[in-house]
Amino acid sequence: MIFKIAFRSIFRNTRRSLMTISTVTVGTVAALVFGSYVVYILLGLQTGTVRGGGHLTVYRKGYFLYGAGNPAAYGIEGYDALLKLIREDPVIAPRLAVATPVQAIAGIAGNFANDTSKPFFGTGFVPSDRDQMRQWDVYKFGTPKEGLGLSDADLSRGVIGIGLGRILGFCEVLKIQDCPPPPVIQRQGSARPPAKAPEFLADLAQRDRPKGAAASGNAEPRIDLLAATVGGAPNIVTLSIAKTAAQGIKEVDDSYVGMNLKLAQQLLYGRGVPKVTGIVLQLHRTEDTGFVRQRLVFLFGEDHLDLEVRDFEELNPYFVQVTAFMSSILLFIAVIIGIVVLFTVTNTVGMSVAERTAEIGTTRAMGLRRRGIRWQFLAEGWLLGLIGTTAGVLLAAAIVFTVNHSGLMWLPPGQAQPTPLRMDLFTRKALVVATWLGLMAVATVSAYWPANRAAKLPIVDALRHV
Amino acid sequence: MRHEFTTAAGLPPEPDAAAAGLSPGGACVVRLTDVVKTYKVGSVSVPALNGVGFGIARNSLSMIVGPSGSGKTTLLNIIGCLDTPTSGKLEVNGEDVATLTDNALSDFRARNVGFIFQNFNLIPVLSAFENVEYPLLMLGQKAAQRRSAALEILDAVGLADLRDRRPNELSGGQKQRVAIARALVKKPQFVLADEPTANLDSQNGAAIVALMRQMQVQLQTTFIVSTHDPQLMTHAEETFRIRDGKLVNHVSGGAES
Repeated sequence: MIFKIAFRSIFRNTRRSLMTISTVTVGTVAALVFGSYVVYILLGLQTGTVRGGGHLTVYRKGYFLYGAGNPAAYGIEGYDALLKLIREDPVIAPRLAVATPVQAIAGIAGNFANDTSKPFFGTGFVPSDRDQMRQWDVYKFGTPKEGLGLSDADLSRGVIGIGLGRILGFCEVLKIQDCPPPPVIQRQGSARPPAKAPEFLADLAQRDRPKGAAASGNAEPRIDLLAATVGGAPNIVTLSIAKTAAQGIKEVDDSYVGMNLKLAQQLLYGRGVPKVTGIVLQLHRTEDTGFVRQRLVFLFGEDHLDLEVRDFEELNPYFVQVTAFMSSILLFIAVIIGIVVLFTVTNTVGMSVAERTAEIGTTRAMGLRRRGIRWQFLAEGWLLGLIGTTAGVLLAAAIVFTVNHSGLMWLPPGQAQPTPLRMDLFTRKALVVATWLGLMAVATVSAYWPANRAAKLPIVDALRHV
Repeated sequence: MRHEFTTAAGLPPEPDAAAAGLSPGGACVVRLTDVVKTYKVGSVSVPALNGVGFGIARNSLSMIVGPSGSGKTTLLNIIGCLDTPTSGKLEVNGEDVATLTDNALSDFRARNVGFIFQNFNLIPVLSAFENVEYPLLMLGQKAAQRRSAALEILDAVGLADLRDRRPNELSGGQKQRVAIARALVKKPQFVLADEPTANLDSQNGAAIVALMRQMQVQLQTTFIVSTHDPQLMTHAEETFRIRDGKLVNHVSGGAES
């Protein structure tokens, strides 16, 4: 009977109740649409991060803090055995998608035919593993149609950032967009032409050039990569540019070189024992990251290995910052929506109490306890919330469906390629349920103050009310 | 027989009470002893009842009459346990209700007291049937039991055919019939009716009076009615006249002159 009276009572003043329900509906839609947009951004960012660098990376101890200055000094020897240990561990194996070695490297990239060079930093990786990592798509964003175009057997080919390609003068041959002719720079105090690269470097590059590449008459542009070996001697290799790959951040885009792991090892270790900077682990599910990390720490401790494990959030502070930023905006909006709903429902139920004071007196006279009156008006607040939030969920679903099928494109933060604008609502049951229950709870709690006031009314005063 | 009360000091003498059919113990369903009610308006105390005392016989139709502002409604509120006296005692079935908590008083009213209001006070969003069924919910009765009792009493007041109508679809007389059915459906110890014919035309008023009388006899229930409707007073078995918060006259049987 409480709900029958509550339901019918909220439609005694239809316009007022519909306004209140509309407010709750709009609040629910705002929270869900923005929430699903935020979730989409964060999951997209996570997908991009995990595709590029996996969930976990195993380093030599100290590399994370000091290794960038001298990657070679922190190399992991005997990494094949380490890979075997990880891949064959019965706890990790079922959770593991890819475990692959990587080598960080830094040096100078030069297109000596064009008299241009640029400091680079890069990564040596196993191309097939990297292609497999790029297929990680737990959140159904779609996978890249093309791989990197590299093969494990061909050491000579690699990829560079679009910016680096532009700087090194490969606009035409690599079909780089937004690539106007560079302005002519007058050099002050000297009319001499820029110095040519030392001939010994070119000879060195020619000598180390893989035989297959020279024989095949490969028409791809080439760059020479100069780096210092572990022993401190200069070393140089030639890299054919298979393609450019946008990196999303200009500083990275202007400096990135990706190459076959073996080439990077050749450049850094020469004829010495090859090592790697780290072992990247990509898991099937992000939720397993903490568990697998604990297992790795346990295994390394058991085998007395001088290794440490870092997760993708530690390695990408940007990811954590964006997550915190978007989450704080979502929380801020949710709080504002909650306050608006609170005031609106309080006002509506308060008006209802004022209009039905005589009815309150009558039911109290008939024997309804104060608690019964309180529940009566709480039920009205709850019903306003139920109708408003349910309508809001349905409307938000319709909006999200429309947007997801509209074909709009956009460039998410930290991504290099435009992607379809989508909102992730339908798979986010927790977001929907939390919003639905949360705003319904706010509406119910909002009714508490007027309900309590109604419950405390003296019966004779209430009956006297006209 | 007429009993004059020149003081406001309590019950009538025993012989008179006996003569009036009011035995001092169990025969009274309601007994008031030296009831005082004072309202505070700011710093001013306004007396509404000033030492009222009498008993109301079980299964009687008693009238409380008096001019406006005499304290009739205050007295009815106290008898109905809607308000508490400033001093004095109210006993219902020999039980001092002053000792009851707010929840216990609510339960007490739910079981023992039926109300009929001048303005009908039906719940507008409920049908006639639902309005009548409502008091039974508070008694925790099962749906089938509630339905049967509500239909029976609606039939008794002649509204079985209109049971699905909302109050705004009923005439004043029909509304008051629903209110009477609502008051009686739980078979209370007594029914309090505050000016039940005041908002009705004479024809409907007479019909309502006749119905109340009929139901009172049929169901053997005590009716305590406040009124200044002469037509209603003719049905009184006992009449208590109040003036300036004091009981000034008690007539047992027939109309007071």
